[in-house]
Amino acid sequence: MSSVPAKRSSLGRKFWTQRYLMLLTLPAVLWIIVFNYIPMYGIIIAFQDYTPFHGVIHSPWIGLDNFRELFNDPTFRESLSNTLVISIVKLVFGFPAPIFLALMLNELMFKRFKRIVQSLSYLPYFVSWVLVVGLMYTLLDPETGVVSKMLVHLHVIGSDTMLMGSEKSFLTLVVFTEIWKSIGWNSIIYLAAIAGVDPQLYEAATVDGANRFRRVWHITLPALKPTIIILLILSVGGLINSNFDQLYLMQNSMTQDAANVLSVYSYKTGLVSGRFSYATAIGLFQSVVAFVLMYAANYSSRKITKESLF
Amino acid sequence: MIASKSWAGRSFDWINVLLLLCLAIVTLYPFYNIVITSFNDPTDAARGGITFWPRQLSIENYKMVFRDDNIIHAFGVTVARTLIGTATAVLFTGAFAYGVSKPELLGRRFFLMLAIVTMYFSGGIIPYYLVVAKYLHLKGHFLVYIIPNLFSVFNAILMLTFFRGLPKEMEESAKIDGANDLRIFFQLVLPVSKPVLATIALYNAVAHWNAWYDAMLFGNENLQTLQQILMQIISSNSNVSIIASSLGFGSVTAQSLKLATMVITTLPIVFVYPFVQKYFVQGVMIGSVKG
Repeated sequence: MSSVPAKRSSLGRKFWTQRYLMLLTLPAVLWIIVFNYIPMYGIIIAFQDYTPFHGVIHSPWIGLDNFRELFNDPTFRESLSNTLVISIVKLVFGFPAPIFLALMLNELMFKRFKRIVQSLSYLPYFVSWVLVVGLMYTLLDPETGVVSKMLVHLHVIGSDTMLMGSEKSFLTLVVFTEIWKSIGWNSIIYLAAIAGVDPQLYEAATVDGANRFRRVWHITLPALKPTIIILLILSVGGLINSNFDQLYLMQNSMTQDAANVLSVYSYKTGLVSGRFSYATAIGLFQSVVAFVLMYAANYSSRKITKESLF
Repeated sequence: MIASKSWAGRSFDWINVLLLLCLAIVTLYPFYNIVITSFNDPTDAARGGITFWPRQLSIENYKMVFRDDNIIHAFGVTVARTLIGTATAVLFTGAFAYGVSKPELLGRRFFLMLAIVTMYFSGGIIPYYLVVAKYLHLKGHFLVYIIPNLFSVFNAILMLTFFRGLPKEMEESAKIDGANDLRIFFQLVLPVSKPVLATIALYNAVAHWNAWYDAMLFGNENLQTLQQILMQIISSNSNVSIIASSLGFGSVTAQSLKLATMVITTLPIVFVYPFVQKYFVQGVMIGSVKG
């Protein structure tokens, strides 16, 4: 076993003893290459004038022309600003919401009630966006919708307002339904972190005369800090990506300008109009910005809070 | 928590209960509303005002759905992709996770890295579409619902964490008895991994059941899924009602199809959900410990 050829054959033998293990592992490795790495290689068509006839290999190279066109394209600029506005408002309202829910659930004294509310709050996460949008059309229908009627009754909207067909209410509905769908599910991770806090800390604080708000402020929130920071870094990285399902499905003839975000625009130019290269350029722009945002968030978090994702 | 004796503490408790009660209602009521409206006579429902219970009980909407061949066919396609897609994805992802859970596997770190990088980088939708449609020629074939969904990095990591926690002795003694890795995986490891398999199976099943995007990209009229049909009903309905409801003609048929289809597509999730939600939550817990 000490000579070089023996070593070589021992590697072969090792592979042979692992042949069944390899049989289990390699199909997925091949899958990953085909469905993840070949598409990554396909990004090069952003720098080509791709036509299906010529394919990826033979399509002519055009350098940065697609990107030059992109930055002069008013629809692209509009979709970029729509994306950022929707994402930022979602972040401001949607990010703290599950933290509040977790804190509120944790303060409940009736354990049974807590369990029921918790279980119910996850439910919307598991239904499709198709259904959620269907629910919105049903409940917000100006003629028959229960929620519409209630809002008219409370003088929030006029009696003939079509909430789903108005650009003014679009952002509010996008943010509200996003929170409605994900608040419960996103609170699980915070509840898990809260469950890990040593109960003696609370008892000691109570003995020292700390009231409930002080206990939350000085014990619970610091315990949540690492989780909050990691999820915040990930969210900042996601600012440039919007929820395609939600926005694509919520658009209609009246709201398609407001619903025009990058992912929807890239879908429409690429797969509807067949401009594959241009749409890939939009996708590449998104990936690069997402990476820069996440890196910047991670960097500043490491400087400010000493916590970071990588 | 420690019970508050003070007035402020008590009133905080009640406000908290009240707010959470509101959340429960806001979460549940939309589902309740479509159920009662779907069981109401469609012509009567078009008058609106059905808030707490059906005004004229009727199963006309459901009869209409079950007369619709497109919906019945889509139901079959969706059930098929959910059953086949879930079973194959669990095995395929599980096999990979088991392989890389073995420290002795040659190239283990490299395979894992290949998988993890895909969580942060992707080619985007267009190159992916070209690979699936133009190079693999899966477009318009039922397998387009199965093969591209065989693997998920997130699920692989959940399973990997679980397999690493299994006692080594069990597999070692099976090896001494002459069992190979395939037999150990299928006959020994899979049976003791039911909790994690159930979790992964549920994630996959929900994703398959709710899928519409891949059906829109890669399907054809024979491969329509339930959610896709529902999406078409909703969007044709919405454009009609938004443009024309002020003119006073609403399509009763479209409305009833919409409500009953919404209930039918959601019912499996709502009914199975109370029994399986602990598995879903387990998944998040394993994932968060790992992350």
